[in-house]
Parts: sequence; C-alpha cells; structure tokens
Amino acid sequence: MLDGWRASVALSTLTANAGYGPAALRVYQEPQVPGLSKGNIARFENVGLRYGLGPEVLRDVTFSLDSGSFHFLVGESGAGKSSLLKLMYLALKPSRGLISLFGSDIATTPRVQLPALRRQIGVVFQEFRLLEHLSAFDNVALPLRVAGVKEQDVNRHVTELLEWVGLKDHMKSRPPTLSGGQQQRVSIARAVIARPKLLLADEPTGNVDDRMALRLMHLFEELNRLGTTIVVATHNMALVDGLGYPILRLDDGTLGVVAGSGNKSAAREWRESRESAEQQARAQARARRDRIRDESEDQDADPPGIENFL
Amino acid sequence: MLGVKRSDLPLDKDAHSRFLPWLIAFMVFLAVLAIGGILVLNATASRWDQGIGGTLTVQVAATEDPAKDQNNLQEVLNVIAATSGIERYLVIEEDRMLSLLEPWLGPDAKADDLPLPKLIDVGLADEATFDLKAFTRQLQLRVPEATVDDHRIWLQRLVNLIRTVELIAISILVFIALATMGTVIFTTRTGLAVHREAIEVLHLIGAQDSYIAGQFAGRAMMLGLKGGIIGLVLGIPALLAVGYLAKSLEDAALPELTFGPVEWAIFAAIPIGVAFLAMTTARSTVLRSLARML
Repeated sequence: MLDGWRASVALSTLTANAGYGPAALRVYQEPQVPGLSKGNIARFENVGLRYGLGPEVLRDVTFSLDSGSFHFLVGESGAGKSSLLKLMYLALKPSRGLISLFGSDIATTPRVQLPALRRQIGVVFQEFRLLEHLSAFDNVALPLRVAGVKEQDVNRHVTELLEWVGLKDHMKSRPPTLSGGQQQRVSIARAVIARPKLLLADEPTGNVDDRMALRLMHLFEELNRLGTTIVVATHNMALVDGLGYPILRLDDGTLGVVAGSGNKSAAREWRESRESAEQQARAQARARRDRIRDESEDQDADPPGIENFL
Repeated sequence: MLGVKRSDLPLDKDAHSRFLPWLIAFMVFLAVLAIGGILVLNATASRWDQGIGGTLTVQVAATEDPAKDQNNLQEVLNVIAATSGIERYLVIEEDRMLSLLEPWLGPDAKADDLPLPKLIDVGLADEATFDLKAFTRQLQLRVPEATVDDHRIWLQRLVNLIRTVELIAISILVFIALATMGTVIFTTRTGLAVHREAIEVLHLIGAQDSYIAGQFAGRAMMLGLKGGIIGLVLGIPALLAVGYLAKSLEDAALPELTFGPVEWAIFAAIPIGVAFLAMTTARSTVLRSLARML
C-alpha cells in the first residue's frame, strides 16, 4: 500500500539524494528578490482583458498570490481561466489594470527583462505544447538551455527528473510516440525543471484518469512544499473539493476568491482527508475496471518512478 | 552564433530553405564575375595612370632647314633643362622613330626622305611641382615649332570611362547583395511562420530574443556559406574562361586577367562575406519580428 506520506518522504529523500533538491539547483536559480520571500508572487489589480475590440473577457480582476500558496482556478468553459493564466505567464498584456509579478510591474518592466521573469514561471499548458521534433529529454532540457545552464548540468538534472517522473526509458522518444499521460509528464517535467517560483497548470488533469490526476496533484503539492507557488486551473471539482485548497473562481470574466488565502490550514485539513480521497479515487478506478474487465483499462501503465513515490 | 551547436527548432528540415544555398550560389556566381571585372578594370586604370601619367612628349616639327632644326632642338632641350619638376628627358633617335613608323611606311623608309619631327620623351619627377602651362608657354615663346603632347588629357578620359564601368559593376554588386538579403529575409520569415508554435513556446519559457534569433542566424550562416562556396567554385572557372577567351583575341587593348594574392584573397572572402550577410540579415529579421511579441 503506497500512501501519500510515503510518497512525500520518498520524494524528498530522492530529491535530496539525487541532487534535485534546492541545494543542487542553487547554481542556476535566479537571485532572490529582496523582501519577497514572504510577499506577493503575483498581484492583479482591476485587471481587464479584451481581445481586439471584442467584449472584455476579464473584468476588474483583483487578487494576489502569497509566496508558497496553492490555489485552484475554477470556472465554466469560456469564463476566462486560460486568459487569466496567459496574463500570469506573460503571453498577453492586460487591456487595463496592474499586474505585478515577483515585485515587478510588468507594464513598466523593460521588454528585455521579461525573459528573466518568465524563467521563474513554470507552465503546464493545457495542450502540453511539447516541441514534437525534440526528444522528451530535449523538451525537458529547454528551460535550462535557454537559461544558459551548462550542458553537463542539463544532462544530470534532466536525466534525474525524467527518471523521477517514470520516463527513464522514453528519454529519446519524441512526443508523438508517447501516450497522453506520458506527454503530460514530460510537459510537467519541463515546467518544473528550472525550479520555478510560480507554477501555472492549465487543466493538467484533463486527459488522465482520476488516479493519475491525484498523483499529479501530489507532485504539485510536493513542489509546493518545497516553496513553489502553485495555481492549477481545472474543471475537476472532485479534485478541488478533495484537496481543499483556496479557490479562485472565475464567473463570466470576474473573479472571486473562495476559502480565503493561504493554504496552511487547508493543507492540514487535506492531509487528514487525503487517505479517504485517495481511497475514493482507487475505488472509482476499481469500479471502472470491474465494469470493463476485458479491456486493458490501465493502458498507460503506472510508470515505476511515480509508482514508487506516490 | 557559432556557439549554437544544437538547434531547438527543426530548421534543417525546412523544405523552403533548401533552395536558399542555390539562390545564394547564383548570386555569388554573378558577384564573382562583377568583382573580377572590377579588379581587372581597377588594375588597368592604375597601370595606365602610372605608366604614362608621369610623362609627356615634346615634339619639334621639322622645317626646311636642318640647321634650324638642330638649333630648335637645342633650344628646347635648354628650356627643358631649366624647368623644375622634370626628372629625365630623352631625345628619341631616328632609328627608333623609323622602327615605330615601320608598320605604316614599310621597311624602306629613310629618314632623309621624310621631314621627321624630333621627339623628346620627358619624365616628370613630381606632377604637383611641374607647371605644364608655364612650360608650354615658355617653349612656344622660344621655339614656335615645338608642341607639347600631354598624355594626361586623353588618359584621364580613358580612366574616367573605366571608373564609370567600375561604378556600374559596383552597383551590380550592391544589387546582388540586396537581392541576397531579400531572399534571406523571405526565407527567414517563412521559417518564423512555420515554427511559430515552437518559437512561442521558447519565448514563454524565457528564451531571450537573441537566443531564438541565434538559431535562425546560425542556420542562415551555414546556408550562406554553402551557397557561397558553390557559387565561388562555379564562378572562378567561368571568370578564367572569360580571361582565356579575351587572351585568345590577342588584342593588347584588352586588359589582362591575372590575379595576385590580394585578388585571390578577395575571392576567397566572398563566401565568408555572404555567410555573414545572411547571418546578420536573418538575425535582424527575427529580432524585428519577435519585438512584436510581449
């Protein structure tokens, strides 16, 4: 029986031993912005967004993310979740309002300094956006390479991380030859390889089963425990309810914050209820397996790496 | 740019860039011919400039009286000797005159039968200190039969003509360079469009514009170098063939097509120059395009 605690312990042990811990990564981590350790990672004030001359898809969005927080971003399809994330990962400029990331007002930050901000943000894109001509290894290596990390270090870290997400045997495979779940893990590995301060995930559990979804969430929690601020946009309300982190709810372009900010108590609550949530997910998976017994339900077999940690 | 050993964009598989080396090769081929022409014309012009530029000829027309002719010659030589800026002078002997005239008059022509003028070849020490007008005036005053042939006047016209042709060749070269740049810009833009998705991903994970531009620039440089070498390999034999044909005409007026080490170095630099041009063009195209992204 692999429970969540063992996962966390195993993961921490591994990261500490294998050098994929904060100490090993300090070599190429961006210098800490003074006074930001406990402050805001992201701050939105009265942000509005419209595409061209169309209606505003986001209106008066105001919120802030504390360093080390974990939020779910929920809302109906078309409510503006992806647009909000795009604003956060600097793919779009707001039509109005103020966005500040890591203490920099992005409206006044010179364009040449934006890449340095982007490197502190890891993004798991909804449709993965892996570069199809590159191997899984090279895809995961990209953030390190654009940051100018030495190839020797790139090799070490990427190999470790891919082993860690259970893709050791697929390092040279190109994304089109990987299953959806494997691609997802590559995409997550790419998002976290450079130890971002902020991790944004757009529907990261969109095309995996509940059990895998929960495992990915555990992975995010582990990163969160190591200090990364996390925002996960999802439709999966069972997951949101199960984990109990504060919720950013988008409703027709306006944002409401549910369950307050700061995840400490919620996390504790969740830890208490995690066992049952996991059991529930397993029970669902079992039930499904029973229903379609003759089909190989678990085609995307659990990779050994993940199996060990989660 | 050379530092990018590994490319994150599959530029080497782009079908649209495969024609680029051949287009560049064609441009370089034309450039080799143009540069060959420029070098030859330039060498010819300066050879003429130096060869006859520092000389002039004084001609003393023959009169009925040989004694007066002799006097006139002596007088002219006196004037020449008294003029500053003249390095040397030489009276052309009659035998030499006759041999010069042989093609027109035949081998039997005799000096006594013809009123041959006396010719004095004058070498100038320094054209700046030599005052042609004063010298001519003085000469006319003392010996009315004497005239001065300044080669510089007609030579200047010839040199001007050569310089004009040279200028045309240079403008052709400029057009070739512009066409090459246009081709590289077009190819790069197509590449940007084809790889838009990958470029956006690189951009979003924090790649500097120069990182992305460097990949295009490195690729363009390799294609430019390849095209440049092909063009050079085809262009040099073509140029030498033209030279060989010109030589077979046996016309001394045609400039000779021989190149020294400097000229060969210029030719060898063409592919490098084209590669550099392609690289910088691709780089600036990508940078301009990326500047439109947030």
